[in-house]
Amino acid sequence: MLRRIFALIVKELAGLWKDPKTRFIILVPPIMQVALFAYAATYDVTNVPLGIWNDDAGAQSAELVRRFAASPAFGVTGSFAAPEQARAALDARTVAVVLHVPQNFSADVLAGRGAQAQLLLDARRSNSALMAQGYAAAIVAGFAQDLHPTRRPPVVLLTRDWFNPTLESTWFILPGLVCVLSMIMALLISALSLARERELGTLEQLLVTPLRPAEILLGKALPGIIVGLIDANIVITAALLWFRLPFLGNVVLLQAMLVLYMLTGVGIGLVLSSFARTQQQAMLGMFVFASPMIVLSGYAAPIENMPYAAELISRADPVRYMLVAARGLFLQDMPLAVLLSQAWPMALIAVATLTIAGFAVRRALS
Amino acid sequence: MRLRGLIRKEVRHILRDPSSILIAFLLPIVLLVTNGFGISLDASEMRVAVVIQAPEETARGMLQALDASPYLSVQRALSTRDGETAMTEGRVRGMLVVRDDYSQRLGRPGSWPVPAQLVVNATDPNTARILEGYVSGALQVWLSGQQHERRLVAPGGIDLEYRDWFNAELRSTDFIVPGIIAMVMTMAGTLLTASGVSREWEHGTMESMLASPARMGELILARLACNFGLGIGSMIMSVLIAIVVFDVPFRGGTVALAAAVSLFLMFALGLGLFISTLARNQFVAAQLSFLTTMMPAMMLSGMLFDIAAMPHWLRIITYFVPARYLVAILQTLFLAGDVWPVILPNLVGLAIAAVVTLTATLLVTRRRLD
Repeated sequence: MLRRIFALIVKELAGLWKDPKTRFIILVPPIMQVALFAYAATYDVTNVPLGIWNDDAGAQSAELVRRFAASPAFGVTGSFAAPEQARAALDARTVAVVLHVPQNFSADVLAGRGAQAQLLLDARRSNSALMAQGYAAAIVAGFAQDLHPTRRPPVVLLTRDWFNPTLESTWFILPGLVCVLSMIMALLISALSLARERELGTLEQLLVTPLRPAEILLGKALPGIIVGLIDANIVITAALLWFRLPFLGNVVLLQAMLVLYMLTGVGIGLVLSSFARTQQQAMLGMFVFASPMIVLSGYAAPIENMPYAAELISRADPVRYMLVAARGLFLQDMPLAVLLSQAWPMALIAVATLTIAGFAVRRALS
Repeated sequence: MRLRGLIRKEVRHILRDPSSILIAFLLPIVLLVTNGFGISLDASEMRVAVVIQAPEETARGMLQALDASPYLSVQRALSTRDGETAMTEGRVRGMLVVRDDYSQRLGRPGSWPVPAQLVVNATDPNTARILEGYVSGALQVWLSGQQHERRLVAPGGIDLEYRDWFNAELRSTDFIVPGIIAMVMTMAGTLLTASGVSREWEHGTMESMLASPARMGELILARLACNFGLGIGSMIMSVLIAIVVFDVPFRGGTVALAAAVSLFLMFALGLGLFISTLARNQFVAAQLSFLTTMMPAMMLSGMLFDIAAMPHWLRIITYFVPARYLVAILQTLFLAGDVWPVILPNLVGLAIAAVVTLTATLLVTRRRLD
């Protein structure tokens, strides 16, 4: 039994490595995607194009404008004298934010009367607008504080950011990419496998070999698992060596979780494959499943923000659990108890899907 | 005449195998609904642990202010260690600590400002920043109430007022759903044509097609035309879902929408044809179409992440992701209206993408004939 399984592994690995096209598809896309997506994924804003609409000629407004221009969050790209100009520029997206300083701003500041300024934001991208508001508020608060250094507020908030003290977006997205890219690979490879044999009529040939159904299933599962693990480790290597992520957890635990995770991936892929009659249907099934699996996992947006129904569905999503484990093992030394609470739902999903796929293969046999 | 026959053949194909119909209509519904509800950057009820080491009464006002915030869900923790454990296990996003000397120092204006420490789980930097904003906002509300009560002068006194145009409530769904439509169109459009040609090669029916008097250009045209109809139907459905289910406003005109969608479909269908002609089998075609559509459309189109915040070299690469042009047009059409200075350049981008992919498809097909 063991020797047969070993032979199967060797055969599958050789099969993958022999074909240059497959070799290319295993190695190149993950490397390219890491390089592109790790840099793309930031919700932060820098150099937001800022328009200045200053109706005030005084020194105070000039100082406020200077502080905005000096901030790395904003880059001044235009100045306006009338509301229509500001409106047109915001519409056409030549600026994303307009700082409006009304006529008597400097006089109000000097008189201590409580001056007013306005920030007009292009909120087509609501998150960026929110971030820009935060930076603008900090600039204005700093300016106000410097005007009256003796007036101190009773309470200040001191924030400490744990696990990611400099708020690096790459620290957030790379553990996510480990999960997403490996899952896509495992799904792709396993979803098309049985469907392909069925469409081309070679499934019958496989069934007359002395292999038992469980062994056939194993043979179909292994390539997906192996390629997924290779891809996950390519991303992990890039994260550690190139992006310099910390790794505070246990490497062996991460690999063990990944193996379990890949079992869920090929499980889902094989279920899709066993229900599809043609490769096109399997492909469609994969497209329909993969995107929600990624989106509902918390990869791009936190699960807490989802409506209850979406949160419920996400509990059947293995990516969700692996994501918690991967982020936890990279950025914080996640306690074993928490890891186990992520591991058992994955084990459940793997057992359920592989059992269903097993029945499908056996049904094809008889 | 011959073209009409070819189109009839394609229509029969579509009707016989439900896959195409499912791609055009089921896929967008599933993707729009799960993505639309699943991707929300609007936090509500973020769980925060509060540890109060100072005498209870003095911190009550602050605690009430935090409780009153609709964005926060406050949980009392007995010690900082309890709070830290809750944070490590992911039960709370952050922890606010009020130290034991808080009340004394609050009573003596000389020792102001009194620090209140917020520890945030910054594994997710965006959420960390938003949480900090909400806590500091709640504190501000409480402070200004205090100042009013004690007749204190507001420090500095510059009021910055925000006017959020196009999306006054800053609802992230309003900008994400148009982006999702672009992603769905990329996937559905490409998938409609991606497996067709490679299947014909795999099954050997391509040779018989080539033996017929139909020319290659006509074959491609017939296939494009049929799937184009499906794509348009799929698009209309997606826009309706956005308006009806997700309550996103649509402020633009149908002319700009139709132009953008038609050009984009030409590109996506062309890409599918290109992939399936290039790939010798459906397996490779599936992988290529998956890799070239979903993730790039999600990560590099501006659907989720602001292109302006990306490094310069990556911004250049995004020009080669046509979904980017469609995202810009759709976000503008939905939220702002017919702003031609935004729409026209992006239409040009889409047109170039369509022409390039279709030309490439024709060239590859011609080469494969020899």
